[in-house]
Amino acid sequence: MAKPTDLVQGTLDLLILRTLALQPMHGWGIAQRIRQVSKEVLQVNQGALYPALHRLEQQGWIRAKWGESDNNRRAKFYSLTADGAKYLRQEQAQWKRLSSAIGLVLERS
Amino acid sequence: MRWYYKVPLRLRSLFRNDKAEQDLGEELQFHLQSQIDENVARGMNPQEARRAALHALGGVEQVKEECREAREMNLIENFVRDLRLGLRMLRRNPGFTVLAILCLTLAIGANAAVFSWVEGILLRPYPLVSNQERLVALAGTVRGERDETSWPDLLDVQRSCNLCQALFVSNITGATVSVGERAQVITGSIVSANYFDAIGVHPVFGRGFEPGEDTGRNAHPVLVISYHLWQTRFNGDPEIIGKTQRFDNVVHTIVGVAPEGFYGTFVGREMEYWVPASMVEAFYGGGDKLEDRGARWCEAYVRLKPGVTRNQAQQEISAIASRLEAEYPATNRGRGIKVWPLWNTPFNHASHLLPTLEIMVVVAVFVLFIVCANVGNLLLVRSLARRHEMTVRLAVGASRGRLLRQLLTEGLLLSACGAAGGMLVAYWCRHALVLFFPGDVLYLPGQIDSRVLGLSAAVCLAVTLAVGLVPAFQTRHLALAETLKTEASAVMGARGQAWFRSSLVVLQVTLSFLLLVGATLLMQSLSQIRASSPGFSTQVFDTSIPLVTAGYDAPRAKMFQDELIQRVRALPGIEAAAYARVVPLSYQSYSSTPIAVDGYEPPANGESTDELYNEVSPDYFATMGIPLISGREFTPADDENAPRVAIVNQTMVARYWLGQNPIGQRLQVKGNWVQVVGLVKDSKYYSLEEPPRPFFYVPLRQYFEIEPDIHIRTTQPLQTIQSALLREVRALDPNLALYEMITLQEQVNRSTSEQLVAVTLVALFGGLALLLASIGLYGVMSYTVSQSTRELGLRMALGAGPANLLRLVLSRGLLLTATGLIVGIALALLLTRLLGNLLFHVSPRDPLAFGAAFLVMTLASTAACFLPAWRATRTDPMRALRAE
Repeated sequence: MAKPTDLVQGTLDLLILRTLALQPMHGWGIAQRIRQVSKEVLQVNQGALYPALHRLEQQGWIRAKWGESDNNRRAKFYSLTADGAKYLRQEQAQWKRLSSAIGLVLERS
Repeated sequence: MRWYYKVPLRLRSLFRNDKAEQDLGEELQFHLQSQIDENVARGMNPQEARRAALHALGGVEQVKEECREAREMNLIENFVRDLRLGLRMLRRNPGFTVLAILCLTLAIGANAAVFSWVEGILLRPYPLVSNQERLVALAGTVRGERDETSWPDLLDVQRSCNLCQALFVSNITGATVSVGERAQVITGSIVSANYFDAIGVHPVFGRGFEPGEDTGRNAHPVLVISYHLWQTRFNGDPEIIGKTQRFDNVVHTIVGVAPEGFYGTFVGREMEYWVPASMVEAFYGGGDKLEDRGARWCEAYVRLKPGVTRNQAQQEISAIASRLEAEYPATNRGRGIKVWPLWNTPFNHASHLLPTLEIMVVVAVFVLFIVCANVGNLLLVRSLARRHEMTVRLAVGASRGRLLRQLLTEGLLLSACGAAGGMLVAYWCRHALVLFFPGDVLYLPGQIDSRVLGLSAAVCLAVTLAVGLVPAFQTRHLALAETLKTEASAVMGARGQAWFRSSLVVLQVTLSFLLLVGATLLMQSLSQIRASSPGFSTQVFDTSIPLVTAGYDAPRAKMFQDELIQRVRALPGIEAAAYARVVPLSYQSYSSTPIAVDGYEPPANGESTDELYNEVSPDYFATMGIPLISGREFTPADDENAPRVAIVNQTMVARYWLGQNPIGQRLQVKGNWVQVVGLVKDSKYYSLEEPPRPFFYVPLRQYFEIEPDIHIRTTQPLQTIQSALLREVRALDPNLALYEMITLQEQVNRSTSEQLVAVTLVALFGGLALLLASIGLYGVMSYTVSQSTRELGLRMALGAGPANLLRLVLSRGLLLTATGLIVGIALALLLTRLLGNLLFHVSPRDPLAFGAAFLVMTLASTAACFLPAWRATRTDPMRALRAE
């Protein structure tokens, strides 16, 4: 099993949760949104996206529901749960601290 | 990927949920379609667009598989991870782990052992017997009191009972068997011919009994022997079937060998052989009992048809009994037949052990509660120390559910170790109940079967929940804001968890107090019983000689008895010797008869004038040390040719002669008038606890019994007198043996052994509970003190002396104890009544018992609080305040 490294996996989780914090979305939409918002810098690996969604659902951070897409197709929409929102806040704080710490180190040296 | 993830995953994929599969397919299909649409919009042709989309996704089947694994792996993976983490935690705190597992082992072991006793002695007492839940015991009643039943009555019940699948008789008896050189008395059963079929046990060799073998006086001398007897006495002789063996005085043909592990149907004894009821006379003596409706000797069981309740059976059998009462008034007036549950069988040890085992169940559950509270508290204190770890884990994204699962996994590890140890304890203790009956050769096996295992597993799970959830309460209070702050300093008793921990301690104090009160009450009761005089000397030796089964008839037995007693009296060091049919306080039954007395009007309400009596020889009262108040003892002149006489006791005089001198008065016994020649003091007859009852004695010679017990009063030790007696017996008849010889003191001790078991076990568990509660209190107080250093330092800085601090901590600890004691006293006032008839001359609310338990509990908890309190006084105020 080709398992992504922890960092990548954790980052992808964070991105997904952040994206879903805005509104419920299907997998395709999440990938599109991350690409747009990151100004085409972050290209989500589509093969990793769905396992990540299922894992997050399993952990109770997101919930899935079938609905209609913009072009009237049946699609699975994911939305953030209360637990997921809390987890996202923690992760964001953690990320900020981490990135600013890394930033500090990089600037000093 | 490790095999322990993979195997369950592969297994589960076999039973894959179709719905989830379909959903997954659709979801990915939607994604692909969207990508294709976009690619087409960018100008690719449809085929190219499709290929590009598939490429971007990286293979539909691979993604599907990864999604499945993402779904399913979590649970198993997390469990294995929790298990590893739990093991690591336990290894890191070996002291805590050992203490917790030891406590749990004791608690689960005690429960499993008690379960196994209840199962093996009360619920499924007879190994190999099928469907024991449908077996009930059957006993006669006479005016409400229990009696045996007669063979013809039972045949009638068997014929007319529609709810009974089978009725069988199983009476305990003994026989002298000599194979080769060794002669020995062994225990066996007299049974009805349907016995082996009715219980569903089939001999491994030969056959059981055939229909009709229980009819005809002494007509069928056939024998089924136990596997054990076959192995030990007959060396496993493969040609055993058809061989003959002298059992008592009758040559029996061995027709079968019972399977290994079958011990018959009598709680408390192992049966070695079975004979059909037709042979009853050879074993019991006293004429033909099969035709005589008045001869009551049978102990029977009934197998009910499936679905029939005990009450329904009782109704039908009562109806049959009242029909018999109407049909045969001469023998059956006032008599009924009662159905008993197996666990309360009145004619074996089950009914004696029932109250004791009931108490044991309650006590074991108490100990379990105490241990849960204790281990829970230990875990709680430890989880406080792990708050940091928990908070960090929450911060890095562990859900509270995950933490809860981890705590439960740790609880499961502890309780599983405890359960494994506990099962070992139970296995070792399963036969331990016998140890409480020293001298008495009882067979009381515990049984560890699937039901006991199931119940123990349930206990283990309950413990897991109780123990694991306690610290889980703790994580509820974790606030992430405090993430990396140091431990906040506490004020004594100011926090939510302190309340919770305190109530666990209060629970332990309460339960220990209850056990202590129970133990004290039982101890008082036992010492009351032991101190109460039986009314006869207990330094008298007693045994009997199996003359009936040796084929002695009355004239021969009379000659033998006379000669033997002369020889015994001539032995050196013998003060007195006499015969009596029944030994007081033994399991033997006295004779009873309706009596009449000149001038005494029986009460109009038809109350019974049946009284008990014993058949005794000259010198009986001198031998027994029962004081003669007036008149004379029986003499050798009171023989079958002399006028019939009797000696009465004080209570009898008070009831029937209103306290007047009875000497020279008449008394009607079994329809004959006899003259009262003596008056003796009251003594105890069936049990030390019984109230004084009317009782009288008749000469053995006038009411002859072939096989009375011989009582010998001497200062010689048991060994000497036993071998001397055996020598004299052998000199008269070399084929005779002796039954067990014991002192009457031993007889008294045996009659109180159930109380002794209860006292010992309750005291044992009470002490254990006290220890556990003290440890619990000590733990909580130590923790409170260690958490309150700042407050203590502040108080010291403000001028509080060591005495003040000592008082502060002690008073807090004793407040917990006091709360526990108050609840305990309230509960004890309600609950000790349940000790009921195990208490003799002791009130269940005896202030002394309550006072003693109170004192012990208070002392123990003061001791437990003292060390933490002393440590509090050693607080260094500067260090404590600077630590902030």
